[in-house]
Amino acid sequence: MVRTSSRTTERIDVRKTYKLYVGGSFPRSESGRSYAVTDARGRFWANASHASRKDARDAVTAARSAFGGWSARPAYNRGQVVYRIAEVLEDRRDQFEAELRAAEGATAAKARAQVDASVDRLVWYAGWADKLAQVTGGANPVAGPYFNHTAPEPSGVVAVVAPTSPLLGLVSVVAPVIVTGNTAVVIASEPYPLTSITLAEVMATSDVPGGVVNVLTGPQAEIAPWLASHMDVNGIDLTGVGDVELGRNLEIEAAENLKRVRRPGVEDLLATPALDRMTTFQEHKTVWHPMGL
Amino acid sequence: MTLLSSAGSFTDATSSDASLHRFLHGLPGVDQVGVEQRAAGLGTRSIKTSAKEFAIDLAIRMVDLTTLEGSDTPGKVRALASKAMRPDPADQTCPPVAAVCVYPDMVPFAKETLGASGVRVASVATAFPSGRAARDVKLADVNDAVDAGADEIDMVIDRGAFLAGRYLEVYEEIAAVREACARPDGRSAHLKVIFETGELQTYDNVRRASWLAMLAGGHFIKTSTGKVQPAATLPVTLVMLEAVRDFREATGQMVGVKPAGGIRSTKDAIKYLVMVNETCGPDWLDPDWFRFGASTLLNDLLMQRTKMTTGRYSGPDYFTLD
Repeated sequence: MVRTSSRTTERIDVRKTYKLYVGGSFPRSESGRSYAVTDARGRFWANASHASRKDARDAVTAARSAFGGWSARPAYNRGQVVYRIAEVLEDRRDQFEAELRAAEGATAAKARAQVDASVDRLVWYAGWADKLAQVTGGANPVAGPYFNHTAPEPSGVVAVVAPTSPLLGLVSVVAPVIVTGNTAVVIASEPYPLTSITLAEVMATSDVPGGVVNVLTGPQAEIAPWLASHMDVNGIDLTGVGDVELGRNLEIEAAENLKRVRRPGVEDLLATPALDRMTTFQEHKTVWHPMGL
Repeated sequence: MTLLSSAGSFTDATSSDASLHRFLHGLPGVDQVGVEQRAAGLGTRSIKTSAKEFAIDLAIRMVDLTTLEGSDTPGKVRALASKAMRPDPADQTCPPVAAVCVYPDMVPFAKETLGASGVRVASVATAFPSGRAARDVKLADVNDAVDAGADEIDMVIDRGAFLAGRYLEVYEEIAAVREACARPDGRSAHLKVIFETGELQTYDNVRRASWLAMLAGGHFIKTSTGKVQPAATLPVTLVMLEAVRDFREATGQMVGVKPAGGIRSTKDAIKYLVMVNETCGPDWLDPDWFRFGASTLLNDLLMQRTKMTTGRYSGPDYFTLD
């Protein structure tokens, strides 16, 4: 339909459809469902995809197939890719500031601070990519004619329940998981899903291979249990789970195949993080090698 | 189809190259758009809960677990045969697959492991996969496999002769292979005839090849070797299913169908089963009349089966790689 007024022809809005981010592309939910997202003033903003358990399963499949290539890359290269996310995010900061202000009703200064912190956080984790092995691994002194060294390795596919904060929260939980070579299936912030999908667009255009990060939007109480019980998921980060009962159940489900579980207390996302977000989803391989003779 | 009214006319049809040509080209043409639409439409059926459980177990029982690599070793074939008998060692209720499909020289190893388990040994033959060899060589290939104890022979047709219109040559070759399938004890190995539909170009050719193979006495008609893309597709299989249905109407004889290659997921397998039921009826929903030539499909079926029984999604880590 073309709307015309007597004086000028008004341009029709190009409304954006926010979809999921799975395997490097942006599909709609397999279920065809969506839910309405409102802005800070309670007005309708856009529809977000309401992901189903099958979308979660597809995301895990995508993450699993991306794991081989991603984990085999040199740590230095993974750092470059994460740094590239920071570069592209920096380029699109106006869009993110506007979205944060609309979504959360944040002030201009606060929105700017969030974007700054997000870019900085990405750069910080990018720097750690090829340095973490020296910190958590290394040569072990042993009483015998052996070299004995320990090397960290990624766990595999990690499910992440992202905290409410749509940009800084997502960056803070995803960057540490992927920088060490894991691949991630993320359940985005439930109240603010749109910014997470915009961030997925940033990742899709910054050399992150398809499937390394997969973003699902929808109710975490519906999707998270399927990821927690999925036998092909190796770790789960429960940062964004607010409901105590849900968190407990997810931990119980995760125990079935001994997933690595991270269930932190309240944390200040703006503060410089510790290393534990990276180290939780690492496993250590220790090798004994004869020497001398 | 009035054309196919009496079995007597088939004897005439195969009496000479010209009459066979006339018969095959007299078959009604395939409506390409129609068959693709029909196949796509049947693929949208939703099969859930207990129907899905039934479909998964049926699909497992229909699998011809296949390894056709230059790098096949006796060890790999033994491992595959063990898996064929007990696809899911953690679950006693999981049925065995229909057969193990290997190259002729691997038949003894498969046979030795499978013993009297009821899982059959299928062997490809006749200069698989290209079929480019002299007839004597092809028949020797078949004899080898039959002597080694193969229960089923998967032969390839000479696509070159077929596409050149030398139908009688193809017919005679299938008939000759069928004869070579006879065993000294009087029983005969089952013959599956592979068309390599990816090389036949048109659905009309697939229909002609189906009739040709059925007239020549093939027990099964099979889409592909798995070495050529595209391999099995839903529309091609639909054309073949219609052919076996019409053949039974005309002659009373049942012929099996085996799509092979490219069927990797449970979802795909269930689409095929829906199509079989809708086209040929439940008589064909049996491993004696419908098979899947596959290797990776089995693991996906097992993962889905595990999901149905445990309620949690399973992963490839819990099933053997093969």
